Amino acid sequence: MNLEKVIFGFFIVLAATLNFGFFIGDLDNPIHHDVYELFAAIVVNLIATVLKFGDRTHIGAIHLSTSLVADLQLITAALVWGYSVHVAGVGMTPEITTKVVSLSGGALFANVVSVVILIAETIMQRR
Amino acid sequence: MSPQTYESTLFLALRRMRAPLITLILIFAISVVGLTLVPGVDGEGHPTRMDFFHAFYFISYTATTIGFGEIPYAFSESQRLWVIFCIYLSVIGWAYSIGALLALLQDQNFRSAVRLQRFQQAIRHLREPFYLVCGYGETGQLICRSLDQIGLRAVVLEIEDNKASQLDLHGHSVDIPQLAADARQPEILKLAGLTHPYCQGVIALTNDDSANLAIAITARLLAPKLPALCRAEAVEIANNMASFGTRHIINPFDKFGRYLALALHAPAAYHLLEWLTGVPGAVVKPHRDPPRGRWVLCGYGHFGKVMVSMLEQEGLPMTIIDHAPPAESGERWIQGDGASAAALLKANIQDAAGVVACTHDDINNLAIVVTARELNPKLFVVLRQNLQANQALFDAFESDFTVVPSQIVARECLAILTTPLLAPFLDEIKQRGEVWASTLLDQLTERFGWEAPAVWSACVNATQAPALLRQLSCDGLRIPLGDLLLDPQDRSHELECRVLYLVRADDSTVMLPHRHTPVQAGDRLLLAGNSAARGALELTLHNENTLDYVLSGREIPGGWIWEQLAKRHGWWRRAGGDFIAADVKANSDRTR
Repeated sequence: MNLEKVIFGFFIVLAATLNFGFFIGDLDNPIHHDVYELFAAIVVNLIATVLKFGDRTHIGAIHLSTSLVADLQLITAALVWGYSVHVAGVGMTPEITTKVVSLSGGALFANVVSVVILIAETIMQRR
Repeated sequence: MSPQTYESTLFLALRRMRAPLITLILIFAISVVGLTLVPGVDGEGHPTRMDFFHAFYFISYTATTIGFGEIPYAFSESQRLWVIFCIYLSVIGWAYSIGALLALLQDQNFRSAVRLQRFQQAIRHLREPFYLVCGYGETGQLICRSLDQIGLRAVVLEIEDNKASQLDLHGHSVDIPQLAADARQPEILKLAGLTHPYCQGVIALTNDDSANLAIAITARLLAPKLPALCRAEAVEIANNMASFGTRHIINPFDKFGRYLALALHAPAAYHLLEWLTGVPGAVVKPHRDPPRGRWVLCGYGHFGKVMVSMLEQEGLPMTIIDHAPPAESGERWIQGDGASAAALLKANIQDAAGVVACTHDDINNLAIVVTARELNPKLFVVLRQNLQANQALFDAFESDFTVVPSQIVARECLAILTTPLLAPFLDEIKQRGEVWASTLLDQLTERFGWEAPAVWSACVNATQAPALLRQLSCDGLRIPLGDLLLDPQDRSHELECRVLYLVRADDSTVMLPHRHTPVQAGDRLLLAGNSAARGALELTLHNENTLDYVLSGREIPGGWIWEQLAKRHGWWRRAGGDFIAADVKANSDRTR
């Protein structure tokens, strides 16, 4: 067992689970989607991205790109949220909630790809 | 530097920055979440909590030490307590990350990786012909400076870091890409552009013969069509290079040996040769000819061996002083230190004709010749100078010949690169005999003076003489050589230059062609003269209007409109064209 692998796997899976936790629930109901969970998802995703830096292999490159996609989608979701509440002042209407949650749904897909790659890589090692 | 480090430096930087970046992310996350959880009060005193938007805003400007104050409302005491914690946390975070970044930038490996990558990029973007120079010692510096002066690009590989970085201080007119790396490695040579489509040749000038040999072999195998110019001081290495077809092997000692031999049996040919190969502008002093008597030679190294075999060929007797004479040494060998009067006296320096100081230590060489001159003031002195840095000492001692290997190699390289016709012409000089050589020397020095002339080649082809080539192909005219060499400013004068040698397209040659000799397409000319004449001739060969003036004395109107008008000669004459004619003349004057 390798501590580095544990941490690496931990953050990738945690990024996916937090993302999933935020995404699950009615699409347009703001009560089902907690802002802290979104924040945690963003932070964990960023850490997962940095952990993937510097791997020169092909699989490492795909890993990094999925993480970058997830970051992009989650940060966009947070921006939409912040803009509608503080700048536009419309609050979390069902339309805005739908936008935020569907963006995080896209990020969830990228995170799932990341987890699949992680599993595939582990199986390839056969150890 | 191993070939494995060629990878992008970006990955290296990212990997090294992993820990600091994660630290920063965590610090921001903890601070922001904490700030949204700590209770505060709004403007009217109601308990409230900060939202993520404002918390992130506040932490961003606090962590970057910008500090706008407490917004949107004045903080509660518990919020302030948390902010104190956040401030110190973020300072630690920044200090750590910036420290890590600076450490990375200072890192030797990282910097050499960056340098390598820049070098690689510079080579990849080269879109001009260039020469690959291996070794930036004294010879390399001379060559790079001269290449720069004649407008050719160079790429430098040098094994020593501090010598390579000197290149940036030498102020060349264009940037010369340089890399401190071992040119013996084929990977490095490839990286430096050995297989680059614009590479014109490899010049191996390191002070290590075996490294030069390695470069020669690599060039032969990886880029067989490229000419390789290699310096070799040991005879065995030179033979080895020759065995696999290195085209130009330059042995400075051998070269000098031949010069001295020529000076011994054919002084006029030697002077002519020296005049032609001198650095342009330097005055070639006709010095006294080496005497045919007994010679004393101090130091039996690479140079000593060459000198001994040369003197033997000339049939001159000699005495050799060396620390360790060979076991079967005859009576011409004396064991001892050449710098001591005792050894020199033992060698009968008083009745010797000349002395050769050829050890590899400059101070030792000077000591030898100073002592020898004191014992016999009429001695002819040949002195070997190893380091350019000792120039002042060698200038102060007036030797008859000073052998500076780096200068000999540089001169030879440049002659091969820029005037390939010079070598066959010089060979021809050696065969024509003394009388011929001295007549030619008198003619040339009478016309151009004793200053070494500019010697250059011109080729009647599409790149070097487009105008002349067009004239030759469309008119089928016989253009005599002498007409080409008229002054484009005023054709009643001749240019200050002379054609020494002409090689036709079918490789037949004409020595000192007469001025009525016709020029043909594909001719290659070797010229000597002043550099202004060189520029003027270049103009004649490139510019059709100039060429036409030089050949016929006619002024051709420049520009398409005037050409069209001139074709309809009759038309504008009839239409009161005298006015336009004056204009045409003015215009062509301007274009000239």
